[in-house]
Amino acid sequence: MEILISIKPLLTVLVPLLVIPILVSSSQKPNVREAWIFGAGFVMFLLAASMVPAVLSGSKIVFTLFALAPGADIAFAVDGLGMLFALVAGSLYIVTSLYSIGYMRGLKEHGQTRFVSFFALAISATMGAAFSANLLTLYLFYEILSLATYPLVAHHEDAKSRISARRYLVFILGTSIGLVLPAMIYCYHVTGTLAFSTAGIFAGELSKPAATVLLLMFVFGFAKAGIMPFHSWLPAAMVAPTPVSALLHAVAVVKVGVFSIVRVITGIFGVDLLAHFNLGVVVMAIASFTIIVSSCIALSQDELKRRLAFSTISQLSYIVFGAALLSPSGLLGGVIHILMHAFGKITLFFCAGAIFVATGKKYISQMAGLGRQMPITFAAFFIGSLGVIGLPPTGGFYSKWNLILGTLEAGQAIFMVVLLVSSFLNAFYFLPIVFQAFFGKGKDDISDGPVKIQEANLCLVAPLVITALASIGLFFFPQMFVDLIVLGLNL
Amino acid sequence: MNNMPAILVLAPLFGAFFAGLAAWMQKQISYPIALAAMALSCFAAVSLLTDVIMSGTVEYRMAGWAPPMGIALRIDLLNAMVLVLISGIAFLNLVASVKNVEQEIPDRAPSFYVMYLLFVVGLLGVTATGDLFNLYVLIEITSLTSYTLIALGDKDRAPLAALNYIFIGVIGASFYLLGVGYLYITTGSLNMADVAGILTGIHGSTAVLTAFILCILGVWIKMALFPLHVWLPNAYAFAPVGFARVVAPLMTKVMVYVMVRLMVTVFGLEYIFETLHLADTVVWLAVIAILAGAFTALFQTDLKKMLAYIIVCEIGYMVGGAWLGNSLGMTGAILHILNDGLMTFALFLAVGNIIYMRKQAGFSHLSGLFAAMPWTMAGFVLAGLSIIGVPPFCGFFSKWYLVLGAFEAGAYHFAAALIISSLVCAVLFFKVFEICFFGSADTTPALHGPGMQQPSHDIHADGHAGAAADAGAGDHPRTAVMAEAPVSMLAALGLVSMAIIAAGVYAGTIVDTIILPFLQ
Repeated sequence: MEILISIKPLLTVLVPLLVIPILVSSSQKPNVREAWIFGAGFVMFLLAASMVPAVLSGSKIVFTLFALAPGADIAFAVDGLGMLFALVAGSLYIVTSLYSIGYMRGLKEHGQTRFVSFFALAISATMGAAFSANLLTLYLFYEILSLATYPLVAHHEDAKSRISARRYLVFILGTSIGLVLPAMIYCYHVTGTLAFSTAGIFAGELSKPAATVLLLMFVFGFAKAGIMPFHSWLPAAMVAPTPVSALLHAVAVVKVGVFSIVRVITGIFGVDLLAHFNLGVVVMAIASFTIIVSSCIALSQDELKRRLAFSTISQLSYIVFGAALLSPSGLLGGVIHILMHAFGKITLFFCAGAIFVATGKKYISQMAGLGRQMPITFAAFFIGSLGVIGLPPTGGFYSKWNLILGTLEAGQAIFMVVLLVSSFLNAFYFLPIVFQAFFGKGKDDISDGPVKIQEANLCLVAPLVITALASIGLFFFPQMFVDLIVLGLNL
Repeated sequence: MNNMPAILVLAPLFGAFFAGLAAWMQKQISYPIALAAMALSCFAAVSLLTDVIMSGTVEYRMAGWAPPMGIALRIDLLNAMVLVLISGIAFLNLVASVKNVEQEIPDRAPSFYVMYLLFVVGLLGVTATGDLFNLYVLIEITSLTSYTLIALGDKDRAPLAALNYIFIGVIGASFYLLGVGYLYITTGSLNMADVAGILTGIHGSTAVLTAFILCILGVWIKMALFPLHVWLPNAYAFAPVGFARVVAPLMTKVMVYVMVRLMVTVFGLEYIFETLHLADTVVWLAVIAILAGAFTALFQTDLKKMLAYIIVCEIGYMVGGAWLGNSLGMTGAILHILNDGLMTFALFLAVGNIIYMRKQAGFSHLSGLFAAMPWTMAGFVLAGLSIIGVPPFCGFFSKWYLVLGAFEAGAYHFAAALIISSLVCAVLFFKVFEICFFGSADTTPALHGPGMQQPSHDIHADGHAGAAADAGAGDHPRTAVMAEAPVSMLAALGLVSMAIIAAGVYAGTIVDTIILPFLQ
C-alpha cells in the first residue's frame, strides 16, 4: 500500500474549527454568518472528496500532528473506511446547514450563534474521528464531540433539557472515561502501540478472557453507539432542536460510536483474532438484543422524534452486528449501513422537524391526514422509511442484503431471524404513519373537501427532498462506496 | 560563572526589601518593584532551564563557599522545570492580583507584596537548594509568610484557618528537621549529593530508616496527603484571593517535588523500593487520598472549597505515581507536578475573577456566568476539562502515564482510583457548568422555556441570568449584560490556558527532554 503524506486531513478538520471565531464575530449579521457556514461546509467537503481518488487507488494518506510516545501519537490516516464516513458526515453537514436556517429561523430560536458554533465544532470532531490513525486520536475526537454536543442538547435551557443534557453526559462521558480509557491504556500497556492495522495489534499476546473483557469494555464504552443498556441518552437527547437530532443523533455522533466499535473490531483486535476466540457471537448476541428490544420500544412511542430515536438505536446495532459477523459480506453490509441508514434516517428527522415547524405537531397520533397537507414531506418520509426498513429502491436494501448474506457466510443462519423480525417491526412502526397521513382522517378535519397544500418553507423542504433522492440514488450507484469499504477493510 | 541561580532567588528577596522600603515614601511604587523583581526572576528561571537542557546540571556556590560548608544551589532538569513553573505562576499571579488586592486589602497592599515576594523566595529556594538543612529553613520561610498572608483574608474565619495551618505546619517541619538530624548524625553531611553518596553504603541502618520516615512524614504533612490534609481546605478558601491563587497551585506541588527529590536524589530509588517495603502501603494511601479528596469535593457548595479538595485528590495522584516503583509512574508524577500546577492555577484564576465581580464563589452566586463572563468561563471550562482528563489538555497526558505505570506495576487499584476520580471530577465540574449555564439549582430553571423572554436587568435583581446564558451574545433581545473581569486578570488566564494546551500537545517532548533524562 502506498503511503502519501499530506496536510489535507488536518485541513479538513481545521476548516470548520477556524470558522468558529468568524461565526461568533458575525453574530449580529445572520446572513453573513450563514454564508460562512456554507463556505466552510463546502470547503471541508471538497477537501475530503479531493482525497477520494488517491484512496480509491489504494493509497493511504497520513499526517502526524504530534507524538506523545512511540505508537501513541495524534495522527491522521485516511483509508477507505474513514473516507466513507467523512463523505457521509461532510455532505450531510451542508444539507443540514440549509435545514438549520429554515428550522432555527422558522421557530425564532434563541442563541443561534452559539448553536452554529458548537455545531461546527462537532462536525470538526467528527471529521477528526473519521481520519484518526490510531485509537488515541480517535478517543481525542470522540471526547471533543461529546463535549461539543452538550451545549446543543442543553440548547433550550429549560428544566427538561437540563435533565436530558445531564443524562447525555453521564452516559457518554461516564462510559468513555470509565470503560474506554482504561481499556485503551491497557492495550497500549500490552502492545506498545495503538495504530489501527487490519491484522490487529495483539499478535498473540492476549488470552481469551482478557480479550473478552477488553472487547466488552470497548463495545459498551463507546456508548454513542447506543448498545443497550447504555442507550437511554439518545431518546433523552431528542429535546435538542431537530437539526441536532438529524445530523448528530442520526449521523455524526451515533455513527462515531459505531465507527469506533468497527475500528476496534477490525483495527485493534483484528477479525482473525476475534474469529479465533469466537468472540463475534458474543457481540452479535448483545447487538441482536438491542435490535429487537429497541424496535419493540419504538412501536410504543407516540412522539415521532422518540420513535425515530429508538429506531436509530436498533439500526446502529445492525452495524455492530454486521461487523461482529466477521465475514466479508457481514462487514460490508454493516459498514455500508453507516451510509445507507444516515441518508434514510436524516430524511425522517428532517420530515419530523418540517412537520413541527409547519404545524407544531410532534405526536404521531396528531398526524393523521397531514399527508394531504404536506405531500412532499410525507413522500420523503415514505422513502426514508423504506431506506431504514431496507426495501428497494433505496440504498438500505443493499445493506440488509449483505447482512443477511453475511449471516449465511458466517454460518450463523439463526441470526438471520433477528434481521427478518426486525425488518418486520420496522415496517410496522413506520408505514402506518405514512398510511394514516395520506389516507387517515385527522381529528380536526371538518370537511372532506380537498385540503390546501401547506408545506414548510423551502429551506426545510429542499434538504429532505435531496436526502430522499440520494437515498434512492444509493440503490443504483453504491459501487464507489463498496470499493472504499473493500479497500479499507482489506476484504 | 553562571549567576542565574543567584538572580533567580535574590531578585524577589531584594525586591521584597525595596518594595517594603519604598512603601514608606510612596505606597504606589511597591507594586511595580515587586513586578519587576518577579519578572527578573522569571527570566532567570527560563534561561536556567535552557542552560540545563543544553549543557547539564548547574551547581552554584553562594559567595564561592564550597560545600559542605557553603550554601549550594543545584539545578538539574527536574528543579529547573519546577522553577520555571513557580516563577511563571508567581509572576502571572502578580499581574492578575493587583485588582484583587485593591479590592480586598487596599490599606495593606505594600505588606501584601512584601510577604508575597518572600513567600516566592521560599518556594524558589526550596526548589533550587542542594542542601537538606537549607531546605528546612526555606520551608519555614514559606510557612511563616503563608501564615501572615492567609490571616490577611476573610476577617472572621481566616485567622483561625491560619492558626490551624501554623500548628500543623510546625509539626510537619519539625518532623522533617528531626529526620535531617538523624541524617546528619549518620552521614556527617547536609549536602544532598554528599549524603546520597554516603547512604549507599549503609542501607540497612535503622537510623537511616528513621530519618527517611521522619522526613517523608514531614513532607506529607506539608503537602496535605490525606489524612494529613485537614489544614488545607480552610487555609486556601479563606486566604485573600491574590495569595490563594499562588499558594494553592504551588505549595503542595513544591512539597511533591521535595518528596521526589528525597526519593530519587537523596535516598535513592534502589533504597526505597528494594530495602524498604513500604511502596504497596503508600500506593494504598494514595488510593485512599484520591478517593477521599474526590468524594469530599462532591459535597462542597463553594467553588474555592471544592477546588481545595480536588488538590487533596491530585496529591494522591502524584504520591501514588511516585511510589509505583517504575519509571512510567514516576514520569507521570513529575509531569503532573507541572500539569497540576497549571490547571489549579487556571482554576483559581477563574475563581478569582468570579470573586472579583461577584464578591463570592458559593454555588448560589454562579448563575448566568457563561453570559456575563464568557472569557473567564472559557478558561474555567478548559482547566476543568483538563482536570477531568479530556485530551488534548495536559491533565490527560499525566493521567495516561500514571495509569500505564499502574498497569505495569500491577497496581490495578491505583488505576481504578484514577479512573473513578476522573469520573467524580466530571460530575463536579459539570455540576458547576450546569449552574453557570442554567442558573442555580435552587431557582426554578423551568422559568425560561423556549420563547420565554426575560429582560436582561433580571441579572441584577436575583441572579436569574440562566435565561440569558447565551454565549453567542447579540442575536437575541434577551442577551445578558456582559460583566467581565479586568483585562489584566483575563490576560493571565488566557496565557495559562494556552500553557495547558501546550503542555498537553508537547507532553511527549517534555517527557523526552526533561523527565526521562532526569530519571536516567
